[in-house]
Amino acid sequence: MAISPDDIRALIRAALPDADVAVTDTTGGGDHYSATVISAAFVGKGPVDRHRLVYAALGDAMRGPIHALALVTETPEEYQRK
Amino acid sequence: MSPELRQRIADTIAKDRVMLFMKGNPQMPQCGFSAAVVGMLKETGATYGSYNILADPELREGLKEYSSWPTFPQLYVDGKLIGGADIVRDLHAKGELVKLVAK
Repeated sequence: MAISPDDIRALIRAALPDADVAVTDTTGGGDHYSATVISAAFVGKGPVDRHRLVYAALGDAMRGPIHALALVTETPEEYQRK
Repeated sequence: MSPELRQRIADTIAKDRVMLFMKGNPQMPQCGFSAAVVGMLKETGATYGSYNILADPELREGLKEYSSWPTFPQLYVDGKLIGGADIVRDLHAKGELVKLVAK
């Protein structure tokens, strides 16, 4: 079962309403994705906990439809600094 | 998760100070992300243990729940989850991976 970039974005935004989310289907196959998520929810959190927040938002989608998800997680401030 | 499985997971993570849970083994990774982490660990020169989660579906599913982390590879140092391929790549790029895994 495939999942669309828009579906992934919507799931992340449902859990992190302030998030800017960009999702790319890296292979065109509907199962390997990369995502950049920018949210104030990441402030004060290390990379493991940031990724966990995104994984939790995606829930069951990580248990099948999404085979691989490369993640970049940044706070708005970190994103501005780049 | 049964207490037995939880204990087996804890024991497996504790097998080596640096433990990589991966698809396949370092000699023959079965996934590009696992292969990438193996390559980075090799560059650090660190010795590490590895566990092929493809050969152990029970531990594979249990570890996802145990660590609230749904994907593999997973790298642990001193029993603590360091991250998956993205985080390990970041740490390696910043020169921090070698400090973490070196004795």
